[in-house]
Amino acid sequence: MSLTSTKADGAQIVTVNAERIDAAMAIQFKEDMRAETESGPDRVILDLSLVQFIDSSGLGAIVAAMKQLGRDRRLDLAGPTPMVEKVFRLTRMDTIFNLYSSLNEAVSANET
Amino acid sequence: MAESFACSFTATELDARSGISTVMERLRDIDLPEDRAGDVQIALAEAVNNVVEHAYGDTTTGDVRIQCRIADEILHIQISDAGPPLPNGELPAGTPAEISGPLETLPEGGFGWFLIRELTCRLHYARENGNNQLSLFFELFPDRA
Repeated sequence: MSLTSTKADGAQIVTVNAERIDAAMAIQFKEDMRAETESGPDRVILDLSLVQFIDSSGLGAIVAAMKQLGRDRRLDLAGPTPMVEKVFRLTRMDTIFNLYSSLNEAVSANET
Repeated sequence: MAESFACSFTATELDARSGISTVMERLRDIDLPEDRAGDVQIALAEAVNNVVEHAYGDTTTGDVRIQCRIADEILHIQISDAGPPLPNGELPAGTPAEISGPLETLPEGGFGWFLIRELTCRLHYARENGNNQLSLFFELFPDRA
């Protein structure tokens, strides 16, 4: 699992450098997210624009990553590709997360 | 005209990943419409994950066999394994996961059968000769109806 992390406008941006978040890597993803977000800004933006496929294990791992942040911090999602967007929509997880169509949109939403 | 193929792979997470990729490539070769491929891949991955996680326990593993057939504008995917039968010998209801509670109670799983049911037009399960046979059916052109 490859995650890279940067900071912009008071938010932490974590980019998933993988084509898929699936059953084979869900646990690793959750652990890597814990390490990346252990401390830092209250707002974390997960950049999913390189992820072409997610299954229910990967979805569960993203939910777990949000829960790890606790109530005072939040996880927003940016740049979901069509299949990723579909899994979030069907499971109604799109009502739980803020989904932004691009990373730029997510970062500028921070300023308001 | 019907077109079909079959393949099999070991029921591990990594072999399942490459097995599903192979199946998707071959489905595109036999003219699965591109706009249906996403739905098929999501449902197929959930069904195969169930086999890897539940049908074969931690100690034993076995093969997953996948047969695909396109005929009369319907794609039929049959997934077979030699693991124990589904609980009560029937398909899980696949009710949507409860997401209205507070953050701490949000589900981290239990989406699989719901997704399979949402994305297929029909499902069928049979236990035959010690094998599970799960059939997923997809309309190739659902918007035409």
